[in-house]
Amino acid sequence: MQTIVEKILSRASGAAAVKAGDYLTCSVDLAMVHDSSGPRRLAPKLAELDMRLQDPDKLAVITDHYVPAHDDASRAIQQITRDWVAAEGVSNYFPEIGICHVVLPEQGLVQPGMLVVGGDSHSPTGGAFGAYMFGVGATDMAAVATTGQTWLKVPRTHLVDLQGELGAQTFAKDIILALCGAHGMDMAGYEALEFAGPAVSAMPMRARMTLCNMSAELGAQAGVIAPDDMTAEWLASRAPDRVRLDDQPDSYWASDAGSHDGRHFSLDLDTLVPQAAAPHSPANAAAITDHDDAAFSVAYIGACTGAKLDDLRAAAGILKRRKTASSIRLLVAPASRADQDQATCEGVMGILEDAGATVLPTACGMCAGYGPNRLAADDVCISSTARNFRGRMGAPGSRVWLASPASVAAAAVTGRLTDPRGMGN
Amino acid sequence: MGDGIDTDLLAPGAYMSGSLDTLSSHCLEALRPDFASAVRPGDIILAGASFGIGSSREQAAEALKHLGIRAIIARSLGGIFQRNALNLGLPAIACPALDLDGVDEFTSTDVDIAAGSLTIGRRQFATEALPDFLLAMIADGGMLAHLSSQHAAGTTGVKGDVT
Repeated sequence: MQTIVEKILSRASGAAAVKAGDYLTCSVDLAMVHDSSGPRRLAPKLAELDMRLQDPDKLAVITDHYVPAHDDASRAIQQITRDWVAAEGVSNYFPEIGICHVVLPEQGLVQPGMLVVGGDSHSPTGGAFGAYMFGVGATDMAAVATTGQTWLKVPRTHLVDLQGELGAQTFAKDIILALCGAHGMDMAGYEALEFAGPAVSAMPMRARMTLCNMSAELGAQAGVIAPDDMTAEWLASRAPDRVRLDDQPDSYWASDAGSHDGRHFSLDLDTLVPQAAAPHSPANAAAITDHDDAAFSVAYIGACTGAKLDDLRAAAGILKRRKTASSIRLLVAPASRADQDQATCEGVMGILEDAGATVLPTACGMCAGYGPNRLAADDVCISSTARNFRGRMGAPGSRVWLASPASVAAAAVTGRLTDPRGMGN
Repeated sequence: MGDGIDTDLLAPGAYMSGSLDTLSSHCLEALRPDFASAVRPGDIILAGASFGIGSSREQAAEALKHLGIRAIIARSLGGIFQRNALNLGLPAIACPALDLDGVDEFTSTDVDIAAGSLTIGRRQFATEALPDFLLAMIADGGMLAHLSSQHAAGTTGVKGDVT
């Protein structure tokens, strides 16, 4: 009797059975880095080790942090990246087509049962595809790149049971914010979360990605969702020739009944209402209607967490035939070029622009404060991103609220914290 | 330090494209503008819950090491931050029972990570027990030095357990 996590780690370590607390050496199926965590950090470490890439085909390099380059330092980082992938023969190089956590599954590279590491803390996003994917820093990544291995302490798997159905203008983002508000940012204690239940089965892949993405904010090493028909459909259109790991059917990568060895969390989505997290922590989340009034100068729809196709559609659902308040700037940075193109075809981008949105390049943008668009000291921002730590998006004095893309759009219309229910078009 | 010292405070995004020296000089400045100039080589950071939560940027740990921090002991640690610090040979250890009442910057503090013991003034606290391979890695000066020594010894594997 094993959880999906134990099955994945058993395969990756070659151990017949693993249990929580075991330290394992695991083979890594795929590693992902971006421009900030990637070649500029890996190259000196590989030189120090005097070692090469163990397998260039098991590394994906996706540029998104310093995109587009805006100064000499960021231009140099992009040049180092281009030169290095060419020299090392990295074929999975995806420059400037979107945020790594969205591009990796768009390319069909994350598959059920895989052990994947990413040079970014939102790497658990890949868990939406039935993989165990976790974030690591540059030295761990150098070890993976040169040996093909990493070490792991087998985590317990905490079950997050999502019952009921999401109501009007309530989304995966609201689920995570509600969990952050109720249980704090150490809910998972750097162990694993498995999201399950009828609400997860009904959820499209991009919403599942949002759940797994923000398992980072719940303190998890990884968040996972067992693959199902929806997962298979996604992969069939993006990786039609894929070979199943160990010839196992996708359905093998699921937790056996009664196998969960961690805590059991449940949330009834029938009673969930739109959430927002006050500055400066996702743990300051509560129902929008329970917060005091707040006024904003910036509304930001961006990031792997909150600017995928479904997120852009949700925002357009609010902003159709509406205008943003004169007191607020609405900035939209789509999470990937493919999502932006599809949103353009559907008229979604047109609705956002007609409402007054400024569209920023498809990249991490303001979320991590790496680029030229940063909050000023007196800015108060409502954002569809994952983290509102002090100073993350700009000046230390700036204040950031977190909410779903629909709630950010509603705030863009009124200039204030606004419950999006009743505003749907 | 208190709870929730995050990686954006430790390694602010605006300085992530620059040198480690510059980045380190801005470490924790949003909380304590004089932090980088006030710390001394050999200092130990004592903190509350969730130290290092947030990003995977290794520079959050690297900046502290660059400033001469000898060890970080916190009630709990961000998981990626802890791996990063240990990989750099910088002990970052959880001490769930840590009580900082009456402790100030001048209280003498020492830690023995192999013994799992933290001494603050006259008080002792048990710290998280690390497995032998991580203690060996820290003793070697971090993951890269550890891998090189494994390589020289003819063993492979990130834990040094594959011969």
